[in-house]
Amino acid sequence: MIQAPDLPLWATLIVGVFVLLGALITLIGTIGLIRLGSFYERVHPPTLGPTLGTLCILVASITCFSVLQSRPVVHEILIAIFVTLTTPVTLMLLARAALYRDRRAGTGDVPKD
Amino acid sequence: MKRIVPFPLLAVALFGMWVLLTGFSPGHVLLGTVIAVLLSRVMLPLAPEQPRIRFGTAMLKLPVTVFADIVRSNIAVARIILFRPPERKSGFVRLPIELDSPYALAMLAIIITATPGTLWLQHDAHNKIILIHVLDLVDEAEWIDLIKNRYEKLLMEIFE
Repeated sequence: MIQAPDLPLWATLIVGVFVLLGALITLIGTIGLIRLGSFYERVHPPTLGPTLGTLCILVASITCFSVLQSRPVVHEILIAIFVTLTTPVTLMLLARAALYRDRRAGTGDVPKD
Repeated sequence: MKRIVPFPLLAVALFGMWVLLTGFSPGHVLLGTVIAVLLSRVMLPLAPEQPRIRFGTAMLKLPVTVFADIVRSNIAVARIILFRPPERKSGFVRLPIELDSPYALAMLAIIITATPGTLWLQHDAHNKIILIHVLDLVDEAEWIDLIKNRYEKLLMEIFE
């Protein structure tokens, strides 16, 4: 079992700062989801989480486990790659569905097909 | 070589993933190689169009540019959410695109959507126009210029 108390102070600081930063960025993104007005505007803020938010947490994870195991642990890079590749698919799907509906209903200020 | 490994890049990616996930040891390198060669053949029945990829500086420049832009737009969008500037308005932008390769277009779609503040909505292959939504739309021409000069050029260098 890996014990966090084995972490030296400098690593603890890096890990702590990046975890908090990542959480904060993701939180700001979710606040944006509530605060902004229209559907198309609301699609934007949640991307903060999967980009910079995830990145900060991954940097913290890489630092933590690389120091604890005294060897580079970099498989977190895979998380970054897969998250970056998959989130746009969901976002585009949602936005396109909204666009289709608005066009069909003729509501909202959306460009014609 | 082409007969054994029809999709070399996919095989390399699968091998890299296997080694990253399991750790670097002779056994896993061997197993990873076997899996990469066998699994990449799954793509054969799908017969995707072979991408023409040109290796060069553009391949290094693109991820660096995208990364810098993602960080920058994260800060910009966070500022909009927190301070809600009253004069901000969002809107749709139509921009002409010269890219033809489906791989290049897919890359551009991912780049634009993964960057906070811009969202890819539609690609009109017939008229070669893409539709994007921008959260902080100040100047439409500026956005068109940005995407064409910053990303399209690099993607053209890589894919076409």
